Amino acid sequence: MTAMPYSLFQLVAFLLAPPLLVGVVGRVKAWMAGRQGPPLLQPYRDLARLMGKGVVFSRTATWVFRAGPVVSLAAVLVAGLLVPLGAPAAVVSFAGDFVLAAYLLGLARFATVLAALDTGSSFEGMGAAREVTFSALAEPALFLGLLSLVRSTGGLDLTHMLGDGLAAAWRTDGPALVLVGLAFFVVALAENARIPVDDPATHLELTMIHEVMVLDHSGPDLALIQYGAAAKLWLFGALVVNLLLGARPADPLAAFLAFLLGQLGFAVAIGLVESTMARLRLVRVPQLLVGASVLSGFALVLLLR
Amino acid sequence: MDRAVLLLVAAPLVLAALAFAMPSGRVRPRVLLAGALVHAVATGWAWASPPPPALGGWVAIDPAGQLVLVVVSTLFLVCAVYAQGYLARRQDRDNRSFVGGLLVLLAAVSAVAVAQHLGLLWVAIELTTLSTAPLIYFNHNERSLEAAWKYLVVCSVGIALALLGTFLLALASAGPGGPRSLLVADLVTAAPSLSRTWVRFAFVCLVAGYGTKMGLAPFHAWKPDAYGEAPGLLGALLAGGVTSVAFLAIVRVLQVCLAVGEVAFARRALSAIGLLSIGLAAVFLVRQRDFKRMLAYSSVEHMGILALGLGIGGAATTGAFLHLVYNGLTKGVLFLTAGNIHRAFGTKQVEHVRGAARLLPASGPVFLLAFLAITGSPPFAPFFSEFAILSGAVQAGAYGRAAAFLIGLAVIFVGMGATILGLVQGAPPEGLKLDPAMGDSRLTAGPPLALLALVLALGLWLPSPLSTLVGEAAALVRGE
Amino acid sequence: MTRWNDIFFILVLVADLFVLASSRLRAGIRAVATQGCLLGILPVVLASDATEIRHVALLALGALALKGVAIPWLLARATRESPVGREAAPLLGFVPSLVLGAFGIVAAVWLATDLPLPVPGMPRLLVPTALGTIWTGLLLLVSRRKAFGQVLGFLVLENGVFVFGLLLSDFMPVMVEVGVLLDLFAAVFVMALVMFDIQRAFSSLDTDKLSSLRD
Repeated sequence: MTAMPYSLFQLVAFLLAPPLLVGVVGRVKAWMAGRQGPPLLQPYRDLARLMGKGVVFSRTATWVFRAGPVVSLAAVLVAGLLVPLGAPAAVVSFAGDFVLAAYLLGLARFATVLAALDTGSSFEGMGAAREVTFSALAEPALFLGLLSLVRSTGGLDLTHMLGDGLAAAWRTDGPALVLVGLAFFVVALAENARIPVDDPATHLELTMIHEVMVLDHSGPDLALIQYGAAAKLWLFGALVVNLLLGARPADPLAAFLAFLLGQLGFAVAIGLVESTMARLRLVRVPQLLVGASVLSGFALVLLLR
Repeated sequence: MDRAVLLLVAAPLVLAALAFAMPSGRVRPRVLLAGALVHAVATGWAWASPPPPALGGWVAIDPAGQLVLVVVSTLFLVCAVYAQGYLARRQDRDNRSFVGGLLVLLAAVSAVAVAQHLGLLWVAIELTTLSTAPLIYFNHNERSLEAAWKYLVVCSVGIALALLGTFLLALASAGPGGPRSLLVADLVTAAPSLSRTWVRFAFVCLVAGYGTKMGLAPFHAWKPDAYGEAPGLLGALLAGGVTSVAFLAIVRVLQVCLAVGEVAFARRALSAIGLLSIGLAAVFLVRQRDFKRMLAYSSVEHMGILALGLGIGGAATTGAFLHLVYNGLTKGVLFLTAGNIHRAFGTKQVEHVRGAARLLPASGPVFLLAFLAITGSPPFAPFFSEFAILSGAVQAGAYGRAAAFLIGLAVIFVGMGATILGLVQGAPPEGLKLDPAMGDSRLTAGPPLALLALVLALGLWLPSPLSTLVGEAAALVRGE
Repeated sequence: MTRWNDIFFILVLVADLFVLASSRLRAGIRAVATQGCLLGILPVVLASDATEIRHVALLALGALALKGVAIPWLLARATRESPVGREAAPLLGFVPSLVLGAFGIVAAVWLATDLPLPVPGMPRLLVPTALGTIWTGLLLLVSRRKAFGQVLGFLVLENGVFVFGLLLSDFMPVMVEVGVLLDLFAAVFVMALVMFDIQRAFSSLDTDKLSSLRD
């Protein structure tokens, strides 16, 4: 029962903290470039500003376009209920919930893609095609990694896989879990449209993947989308951080704080990666993703012996 | 350390260094001749009074090694004399690396013959690849560069596989109670304690690796290019010398297999590879447009015959060892005279060469007689060795293999004969001006003629020391 | 149970995949150099009982010096002369060869469970790493068009065989292993020389051009 408050805390953190993560990434990138950078709370101000604006809909768009942002945010938030986000256990957990979580994220992506295709614009169609291709290539990496975790921790629910089971798993299968962590990091970069897969700061539509899909959204819809993207980043961060933290402190408060610090570290790592690497040519991205899948596959093979 | 063994390997190396350092291109071929003479003397000395093992058993001359040394030494001596004339005519090329490389080759080949440690054997065989690859490029044209590259890459890959096989054999000997050694003698005496699965695995890798070096199918892809583009002198040494030591390496592996009891599997594999080589050679040799490439396929065929002889076992093995000697010597004649013909006509294409007998009154007929010898016509020596293999096959009940062998020989005789008769007979093409420097001279026609005479003499009368040596060598892997 | 020593073997396999996936020749050289350095560290990692320190140290230093430093330097110099920068599309695309290499490595891991080693107490990833690296080397040799890519394949093949040789490091004589390393160096040296000649004669290191000799 002492864990109950922490379930609440992790949900509150999940709802409130993600834009801060985006702010940290932006700040790190600015520092690396020698600039001061925007304030850490700037994303919140952006969201507030967007909420106050009006919405413009295209005449060719249908209800699919309007439903896209809502469905995608809802899917991401529900997926957040399944992942342990700092508390010892996720809010909801059952055997096989990792499949549901992965497919909820897939549903979010699907809704965004449908909304993009609904506009009838060729830019968004192009972005949708790229997004879907790269996600298809990243999915094996994600699933093979999750399967490795299943095998290593012996549990079928994310609470066990990313929580209790990890301490013992790290002791016996350390090297394999390092590979899985690396693969998950690459998947996180791909799914959240970060360099080297996509450049969030580009303004050239032909080079965009994610940004171009949401070109036609405005006002509160855009706010929902940006918030949803931040929440997705928080989720993938939780995946990586939980894995790499391994054995968590017994005290739930210390564990929660360690998790938050881990998320901060994750954001800094993303900022560093974005600042030091160049974005890959589009034809090279499949190689990167296949490489991540191969790493996960390796880890699984190592664990299956 | 015994002196004969030392001379065999160290003397050519020292002379190679001398050749590299020598500034004069005219005197350098003499160093080659000196090396060949020293080697021949040392080989004869070792034959007369076999020296004891040296270097803790790593180096010893056993009958098989002695046989290979005799072949290599004779061939090298003849080629060294030939080289005096050849290099004198090729003053346009810097012969520093050529002479040096040939001497290093001699040292490496001798090292293989005397090596009793499989690791040392491997190092020496790798050295034969490395020392000959730059020499293939002696003619400095695009085709020979391509040939040199293919030779280098394919043989290096083969050697890497052979290294894997060597390691696997060491692993086989590392089991409980195993000798944990790569000396052939240790492996043979401690055979019951060797792990059979690993010996089998090792055999496959070693035959793949050393078979590449020997030029057995299906690892022979480099042979037509390398033999086709290399100067005739180098071709003779490769076809007679390097293939013999690669065969010796396989014999060493077979010794271990025999002791372990894996010989049935090994023999089946060798027979299959042998027949494949003969068959492939027959297919590619017929209507071959380049006569040096044709000789390369003939080499593939004869390596197949050697493998078949080993694979049948019993009396055929003695035939195989005898064939090693005769094939090496006859190939020497073929390649040297082919080189002369190439030089005189300026082309290797069969359609442009006619009337070699008239243009080159010594090399032409010798080439024709050597063709008769290599395809197994009596009274030349190879007839007797091929007959020995055939009768061994019949004795062992391998009728199918004997039949396939005969058919292959027949096809090759017809195919090669059609080409060579066309080359040698008739009148030279009109308008062909023979540069007197490119025609026959004592030094370029004499050695092949002498070698052919030797082949004929051996066919008519096999001296008993040689037959004893062949018998002892075959006894290592006869196993019945 | 994965021991932390296994991470070195995993890194060797990852270096294999890097070579398969790299289209730039410099990246390939760097991956092979990294693999060579790892192979220099492996004898030290494996020699846990330290019976023959001198032997182990000599082997490790030799592998490091030759495979990690000298040979990559040689290759870098050979390619500096030529304007070759990238491998033109190889016979097998980069992603298919990456996947094929990965399958081969997985198959090697599977096979290795069935092969009973007569030598006990060896890291369980050693044979799979060796077999997987050999497979990668053969794949590279067959699928690359540029002469340079074929040399990389040969180096990776030799690295794989070397890993296998580590199984025997306690009783294989030092001489032979040093001889092996030196032979490798000499082979690469000769290859570099011939490549230089190929570059000069054909103005390209594309072995498709080396195809005039055929039957």
